[in-house]
Amino acid sequence: MNNTGSVFADSRPRPEQGPPLWLLAELTYRCPLQCPYCSNPLEFAEHKQELSTAQWIDVLSQARALGAAQLGFSGGEPLVRDDLAELIGAAREMGYYTNLITSGMGLNQARIEQFLEAGLDHIQISFQASDGEVNNMLAGSRKAFEQKLAMARAVKAAGYPMVLNFVTHRHNIDQIDRIIELCLALEADFVELATCQYYGWAHLNRAGLLPTRAQLEHAEAVTNRYRAQLAEQGHPCKLILVTPDYYEERPKGCMNGWGNIFLTITPDGTALPCHSARQLPVTFPRVSEYSLAHIWYDSFGFNRYRDDDWMQEPCRSCPEKHQDFGGCRCQAYMLTGDATQADPVCSKSPHHGLILTARAEAEQPQPGIEELTFRNERTSRIICKG
Amino acid sequence: MNMPLSTSVPALRPGYRMQWEPVQDCHVLLYPEGMVKLNDSAAEVLKRVDGQRSVGEIIAELQTCFPSAAELDADVLAFIGDAHEQHWIRFR
Repeated sequence: MNNTGSVFADSRPRPEQGPPLWLLAELTYRCPLQCPYCSNPLEFAEHKQELSTAQWIDVLSQARALGAAQLGFSGGEPLVRDDLAELIGAAREMGYYTNLITSGMGLNQARIEQFLEAGLDHIQISFQASDGEVNNMLAGSRKAFEQKLAMARAVKAAGYPMVLNFVTHRHNIDQIDRIIELCLALEADFVELATCQYYGWAHLNRAGLLPTRAQLEHAEAVTNRYRAQLAEQGHPCKLILVTPDYYEERPKGCMNGWGNIFLTITPDGTALPCHSARQLPVTFPRVSEYSLAHIWYDSFGFNRYRDDDWMQEPCRSCPEKHQDFGGCRCQAYMLTGDATQADPVCSKSPHHGLILTARAEAEQPQPGIEELTFRNERTSRIICKG
Repeated sequence: MNMPLSTSVPALRPGYRMQWEPVQDCHVLLYPEGMVKLNDSAAEVLKRVDGQRSVGEIIAELQTCFPSAAELDADVLAFIGDAHEQHWIRFR
């Protein structure tokens, strides 16, 4: 692997800011599925450009030199990139722990073996529901569920550790017991029961996705019951439940702090402190124009919400500001129009009423799955024009 | 926590990998979407967890390498027990 001298010369960690430890490589926004809670930007159809194989390898190399050790290949659907095995091989040789985060669409036995040979460490497959009909309706594909089941079995048979990811929302969260049973039957090592986070397409569809408080409490109780059973059996499967911050009184410490350990590179090479940040009114640097060392340590975008100089009240004088960093900048911007506001999830925020309204909405009847806005090129282009 | 037997042979769970990270100046344990920083003693133990050596052999080797360490066997047993409970390692 050719590293440019300037990368090494500039890659020493600076005492005031630690290095990036996680790199999320969003290889493409192309995806055969249409999940209405996709975290890609609404206007993804406007960003068609993708980094070349050589550009990606250079990005991986620079991030590794800075200190990144965990690497996620994501998208869109990363399997649509024909050079995926080459990227995995290069990354593994650099010493990354390589994670493939996929819908399973486009996977087959030959590729599973090819990736294993390239050194892929782990595969995460996402499902939409525990039964085929709901799964396929949410995915916008009639073949999705059977393909996912077959690929999950093939991934385990090949000897990979496997994470199964279920994004949960009001249409599937009541089946959480069946979801967990399915994951155990498929021998998942980790199960992510990730309640929708309301960004991108999920924010657009929030009213049709946000579960009620009672639904959430039921899901938590069921998950805890299974956790206790698994612990008693000494079973290695770990259940990870991500609850939606909309039912919290304090915001999440988003991304462990802005520009603190996470680095996302979008398909066109824009560097972001998190995968939602593209929507903020901040210009983010591109890897084609700057070194990653400059981007991480010195760029305006990555320094914009570090530390606390940018904070307003109630965050500025809040004793909890170093625990939650004022919450999520993207959520503050989406809900208040000002990214320097407190995340409205916080009960101290003057905009907390917006969250209370969303909770009240969740108690009302809401549109069915078929009425959600599905994530696809056509809709994205309409949204761009609007 | 159950204390491991000295005849048990621990191995890292498939998909788990320990490596030295120069930028962090420490060993880390890597696993699906996760990373744990290891202190020097944990790393010395895990270096010897290879699916070949028994717990007893690992302790004996560490006692040779670090003769001045007091109560090393109890610490190693506790760590291996903890690592097993976290499912980082399994016994053959």
